[in-house]
Formats: sequence, structure tokens, C-alpha cells
Amino acid sequence: MSTSLLLPHELVERALAASTADDCVVVVEDASSANLRWANNTLTTNGVSERLGVTVISLVAGTDGVAAASLTRDASEWPAIQALVAEADAAARSTGPAGDAAPLLGPAADHDWEEPAESTSVEVFTDTAAALGEALGRAGVDGRLLYGFMQHDLTTTYLGSSSGLRRRHVQPSGHIGVTGKSADLSDSAWVGQATRDFTDVDPLALDAELARRLDWGRRRVTLPAGRYDTVLPPAAVADLMIYAYWTAGARAAHDGATVFSRPGGGTRVGERISPHHVGIFSDPAYPGLGCSPFVVASASGPDVSVFDNGLPRRRADWVRDGELAALMTSRHSATVAGLPLTPGVDNLVMTVDGASGDLDDLVRGTDRGLLLTCLWYIREVDPQTLLLTGITRDGVYLVESGEVVGAVNNFRFNESPIDLLRRFGSASVTVPAFSREWGDYFPRTAMPALRVPDFNMSSVSAAS
Amino acid sequence: MPSADHRHRVRHDFLDLPLDRLTDSALQRCRDFGAEHADVRIELVTEQALTLRDGVVEGSHDGRVLGLAVRVLIDGTWGFAATSRLSTDSAVRAAEQAVRVAQVSAPLATERVQLADEPVHADAFWVSAYEHDPSAVPLVDKVEMFAGWSAALLRAAPVRHVEVAYSHAIENKHYADLAGTTTTQQRVRLHPVVTVHGADEQRNVIDSMRTLAPPVARGWEYVSEPAAGGWNWASELAQLPELLATKLAAPSVQAGQYDLVVDPSNLWLTIHESVGHATELDRALGYEANYAGTSFATWDQLGSLQYGSAAMTVTGDRTIEHGLSTIGYDDEGVQAQTWDLVRDGVFVGYQTDRSMAAKQGLGRSTGCAFADSPGHIPIQRMANVSLQPAVDGPDTDELLGGVDDGIYVLGDRSWSIDMQRFNFQFTGQRFYRIRNGRLDGQLRDAAYQATTTDFWRSLEAVGGPQTWVLGGAFNCGKAQPGQVAPVSHGCPSALFRSVSILNTRTEGGR
Repeated sequence: MSTSLLLPHELVERALAASTADDCVVVVEDASSANLRWANNTLTTNGVSERLGVTVISLVAGTDGVAAASLTRDASEWPAIQALVAEADAAARSTGPAGDAAPLLGPAADHDWEEPAESTSVEVFTDTAAALGEALGRAGVDGRLLYGFMQHDLTTTYLGSSSGLRRRHVQPSGHIGVTGKSADLSDSAWVGQATRDFTDVDPLALDAELARRLDWGRRRVTLPAGRYDTVLPPAAVADLMIYAYWTAGARAAHDGATVFSRPGGGTRVGERISPHHVGIFSDPAYPGLGCSPFVVASASGPDVSVFDNGLPRRRADWVRDGELAALMTSRHSATVAGLPLTPGVDNLVMTVDGASGDLDDLVRGTDRGLLLTCLWYIREVDPQTLLLTGITRDGVYLVESGEVVGAVNNFRFNESPIDLLRRFGSASVTVPAFSREWGDYFPRTAMPALRVPDFNMSSVSAAS
Repeated sequence: MPSADHRHRVRHDFLDLPLDRLTDSALQRCRDFGAEHADVRIELVTEQALTLRDGVVEGSHDGRVLGLAVRVLIDGTWGFAATSRLSTDSAVRAAEQAVRVAQVSAPLATERVQLADEPVHADAFWVSAYEHDPSAVPLVDKVEMFAGWSAALLRAAPVRHVEVAYSHAIENKHYADLAGTTTTQQRVRLHPVVTVHGADEQRNVIDSMRTLAPPVARGWEYVSEPAAGGWNWASELAQLPELLATKLAAPSVQAGQYDLVVDPSNLWLTIHESVGHATELDRALGYEANYAGTSFATWDQLGSLQYGSAAMTVTGDRTIEHGLSTIGYDDEGVQAQTWDLVRDGVFVGYQTDRSMAAKQGLGRSTGCAFADSPGHIPIQRMANVSLQPAVDGPDTDELLGGVDDGIYVLGDRSWSIDMQRFNFQFTGQRFYRIRNGRLDGQLRDAAYQATTTDFWRSLEAVGGPQTWVLGGAFNCGKAQPGQVAPVSHGCPSALFRSVSILNTRTEGGR
């Protein structure tokens, strides 16, 4: 049999059989991707790619504990994979014991384990690209400049272990983002959307929304730095809450190093962090945001463990009814922090009980304030308060008497998303949201819009 | 500089690949379709990451990305395809896919891409300067060394926890294009980072202190041989506990305008963000408008914009020894160069790739095309962008001596800048009060915030060559799909007058 014709699950089985370690985990990821990028109303770059990546995690028991070695290679031919297995086994024998060692998960098998991998191609854009061409043409006629990107990824993951795990997951991911600028580049707007297959993407509608927002910019208003009554659309809420989620690890909180640490020791799990009935959760089965229902880890970290490969991911409520309910853990960090096991999940949803209406309703309820589009270059300033800094981007609008009356200069903000959970005044219903800052890597989010009475705009930015 | 002498230093497992057969097959297929340009890259990127917490291995991963990429220009439209399958059939298929992508894209392309001319570099080899391949050092030896560092630090108050994060990369690229350029290159880089964490229980303050040792394009000698170009790890590690203790006990800064002396360990990042990215021509022309952003340094201001004071001269280069962006030839076959970006305070140059250079009629590309993996199309990426020291300039103490009431900052920590590179905010590892020309203890909770041109125009003096250090990072992000690039920035200590200092606790409403 030609080894190049081996199906991914067969590669896993052969690699597991070849390992001489005490235990072994093998992950095969068959990934394909397609993208188109444009600027100044013309296509710039593009591409398709295919990749077969194999990770072998060898585990060897010694007198001091269990050592782990994790090696990943781009390889599809059996001789290369056989060599990889031997290399991983040898590495595990020459490495010290792992701090997070734990027994591998017991047997579990997915019914589609032996199915071939799924793939995407540039043809996934056929309809969208045609409409995009029309949008680019229309924008050119109307004096708008469009800049944007769309990408589709399809990754099939096969995870097998010497303990009997046989898990398979197919992950579609996609997104489109478009920036529109006035011809003189003085005004800018942005729209973005996550998708799983591009059947729900309408470039002409996205361009129409950009035209509406650029029209808001016909009146320019200069405002100074200060605290403003501010409406954050779901995309901007996602920009902030994704960062908060990524810092919600149990180990660092237990060490006292994060906003989730309790002064004097331990974590703030069980503490009310918002007076509102806020829920923040992850759920692999959330409609439209589906993601891997089991842990895939090629390397251990503070709250991730290679020993947890295959561990089921279920709905995890991080904030429940305004109370910090859980932090991300591996089995090891859960033990260290004395918390329940709640592995991280690749999506995030925020809800506010009692919220009603949409973004436009929040704007209509604002006497005088700002409407943002999205946030950018968000970085952590103080981990203990989770103070973040960043920039407003591609559209800050002045709201007066419930209506947008003009476009405002950009600002640098300094704010903590955890403090915002305490301070926001009203919220919309939760809708799918695509983060400008993180969406390319974390596209599966659903958020409400929030209105914050005193959002801290620290200084003015001249960027347009 | 690049020469055939480098050939024997390229790792054999890369040279043993059927490089010519694969590239020839793909290029021939592109030629069949009438491509006006085509290039093929075969890349092997070997990376290792190792983390220890309190001397115990927390995680380790050894990755190797290997693949082939075809980029084709047909009727002025790019097409790109990549595969991790290295067979002749796969190479031909990738070429056909790239052509197909160009054809599908053509209706969207209203502007014809052209490439600046570049001499043919046939059969060129280049290997970066290093002594010891870090991948040849057994993992167990690294663990033993870092565990020893950790144990010593854990014995010193107020250290509660020690984290060591080590990473290295060995990058092999084989490039061939229809014009006849063929390059084979290898570069090595590594970066150990040690962070100590501690607390002041009575003040309920928890903080960390990190080593300032920069990432470098060197081999394992950077870790093991201080006398042979390595870092003096023993000295820096020994200072960390006391530096942390002082920081924990430090008063919170009073916000206001201060004179600022910036150490190279902090200034490299400010240069990266406010000069490096701002002088990328693709950004200035809008090619990153949907993602990384544009630039205030627009084309019409080239040659006239007063970027900074007369003390400011910034160069771009891909040639400096041990620079992270240093290479023999870029990912479009352009030979590495050195040029001015800001001369005596005036904006005089951009970083370019071949298409950007041709678009603006600049003649030759500055050689800044780079792809971070075989799966990605080359884009314009940053050269080593460095602030030049003053010949016979002052040392850091002399710069401090010129400040009556100011702040001295070392080490990078938090950074953010807007999408046109106007407004930025940076923190650091250590802020010191300067009074009457002398350091007067650490400060906490400080950040400096400015507009790029205001900041650089407030530059009063740069230090001499004796203060110049090559800093940098492995992970500069840009483009869609996202790519990361390693880049170095050299700079001297520098004195800026009247810079806005924030108190981050006040900013957080506390």
C-alpha cells in the first residue's frame, strides 16, 4: 500500500502502534485555507494552502514522575512520521518529569473517526467574490475606497491515544472585514462578520452599511479627551471581553497576579463582579458558534495540559448572574487552584438578563454621547485590574438626542473590561459579533451592545 | 557578503530535499501558463519552545514546518498556493492552483501589479552568524540550566515564583524564480526570558521583574558563553530579586510632564512602533488599511516631513550581524541593503518590496519581502530599523546628568499605538525618578503617552555608540492572513524633554 494514500485516521493508528513510549497521543490536523485581500478598490493578494500536521506526544514514566515530549511536523509520508514518533519517544526519555502529569483519558470514539478530511478551496468565494466585484465597482463610482479581507478555513482534527481515545472534529471558520474610506481618506468606517461557509455573506449590504457610516462623517466634530457616555457595539464588546476571557486562567489568579485574584490569597470565584444579571459563557454546541467538543493541546501551559488531550469540553459559565463562576483550568491547575475542572472553549457568549432592543435602541436612548465602531491595539497595562489600553478605530460618532449627528476624532482609551461589567448602564440583546482586534483568530463570539456612562478616553488620536 | 562559502553551513536535511527538482517542476508549470513572474519557495522552519515554572518543566514543544509555496503573476494579478506535501506532483499541482487563484481573482483586480527590477542572483547561499546550533543542544541540558537559574532565584526574597520561557528558531529557505535567481539560506535566532514574581503583603502589591536580554540572531553561545558574544546572564539574574523588591516598595508616580531618559531596552519598541511601521510603504499606500493600519508618513511628505529633531537619524537595514531581520536575500530574491529612513530629523526613506517600489517608481526594492512560513504569501515586512548614536556622544550617566526633574525608563512591557502611528502609550519594566541628574529610586504605575512627531521632535540628545544596544522581538504581527516576523532595532540611550507621564492606577479610576 502506498503510504501517501493513508487516511488521517490510519496515520494516527500507525503512529500509535509505532510508539515505544509508555503512553502516546497522536494528533493529525488536515487543514486547508483560502483567502482574498483587497485595497484601494482592487485585489491585492490571495492564496490557497493545504497542510497536514502531525503531533506526537510521548509519555515516559520515571522514578520522579512522568515526562512528556511533544513534537509537531508537517508530514504526510509514513517514513517521516515514523521518524517523528521515534524522535518524540527519545525526547521523552531525556526530559525531566512534567509538573502537570496525569493519567490519559479513557477510551472514547467518534462515529466518524474513519471519515476522510474535509477541505475548502478558492471556489468557496465564487458568489461572494462576484458580489464583491460589484461592490468595489459601486464604491469607485460613489467615491469610496474599500479595503478588506476574507478567509475560509477548514480543519479536520484526528486525535488518538494509546488509552483508546479516537476523536475527530471538523472546524469550519471564516470571516470578512471591510474598511471604507472617503476619497480624501479623512473619514473611515468598518464592518466585519464571521461566517462558517460564506453563504450568509452579502458584500453589497456590507458596502451599503459603510456608505451609511461614511455619510455620518460628513459633519466632523472635534472633542477633547475625557469620560464620555459611550455606546459600545457588539464588536467592541467582543474586543474587550475576549481579552478578559484569555486572562481568566485559574493558575495566574491563584498566584495573585490577575484581576481574578482575591487579595490575601485564592481566587475571586464566587464573588459578585457585576451588579447586573450578566452571563459570560462558552459552549461548544452554541448554535452558529460550534467548536471542538474536546481538548486538543500540543503543548502544556498554565491552564492547558497535553495530558488532557481528548478531555470533553462542555458549556462553561465563567460569569453567572453577575458572579464570577469559574476560571479556565486544566486538571492540574484545577487541583492547584482548588477549583472545578473547566477547560477553555473556542467561543464566547455574553448575555444580560432583561436586556432588550438592539444597538440602535441604545443610541436612541442616549442624550449626548459617543457611538464606537471597534477598538484596536488593545494591550494590558495592569494585570491586577486588567486595565487595558487601546484605540478607537474606523468610526467614532457623536450622538445627540438619540441620533448620530456627526463623526468624532479617535481616542486612546484606558479601561478595564471587568470594571465595565460593574459600570455599564444598559445593554442590548446578544447577537453574533466579530471582534476587530481578535476576530481573525477568535471569530466565534456573540455579544450585546453596552452603554457605559463614563468610558475613559485618555487622550485624542489624530488617526482617521 | 553572501557567498558560496556559506553553502557548507546549511543543514544537510534541508539540502537533501529535492529542492531543484521541486522548484523546476513548479516554475515550468507556471511558464506553461505564460506567467510574467513566478517564484517558488521551499521552507523548513524548526522551532522549539520550553517553559519552566519554579524550575519544573511546564511545557515544551518542538515544531517543524516544511512546505512549498508558489507565487505567480499572470496578466498583472497575483496567485498563490502552498502545500506541505513535497512531491513533484504536489509542486506542479500547487503551481496550477496558484494560476487558478490568479484567474479567479482577475475580475477583482483593476490595477496591474508590476515588480521593480532586481539583478539575477544565481545559486547564492547565505547563513546567519552564529556558533552553536541551539537545536543540537539536548532539551535536558536546557532544562538543567534553566532549573538551576530558577532554584537560585527562588532562594532570594521577595521572589515567590520564577518563570523561564525559552524559544529558538532555525529558518531555511530555498527560493527560485523565473528570472533565474536561486537562493538558499539559513538563519538562527533564540530568546530566553526569565521573570520573577513577588509580593509586598503589607501593601497588597504584586508585581514582576523580567530580564532585559533581547532576542538575537545568535546560537546557543548567547546563553552559554558570555565571553563569546553571549549575554551576561549571571549578572542580570543576580540583580532581579533586588530590583523586584525595590519595585514592590516604590511609590506610585505623580502624573505630569517629565523629561525622559529612555534606555535602549525600552526605546527599541518605541522605534519599532512609531518609526518602523510608519515608514513601511505598503502601509502608507493603504495596503494594510483593513488590518495593521496606514501611516501618517504619507508619500507626499517624503523628503520634507520633520519627523524629529536634528538628533534623530534612523536607518533601515537587513544586513547587521545578529539582527533578527538580517538576511542575504529577501523572499523576492532582492539582495539585502542598508538605507536611511530619517536623516537629521527629516523623513527621507521607506521600506519597500518589489511591487511597492515599482508602483512608486523607486527603482529598486529595499528588499523587505518576507513570508513567515511556506503557507503564506510574501509581504512587505520590517527591516532592522535603528536609531543611530551620536559619534562621541554621551553615555547614559551623562544624559541623566542633564535632567533636573525627570524619569528614566528601562525594559519594555505594555505597548499600543494607533492605526496611523500617531498616538502611542508605553510602559516599562522599571521607571526611576531622576532628581538633579541622579537616580532617586523606582516608581510604580507609570506609562508614557505621546504623539509620534511631538515625541521625536522633543529628542534633545542621543547617547554615544557605547550606549547602543540591538533590541527586538520575534513576534511582529502584520497582514491578513496574519504573519509574524522577527525584527531587531538598535538604539542608544536618549533624552526627551517634557513627555506626558500617566499614572495607570488613576487611569483605571482607582
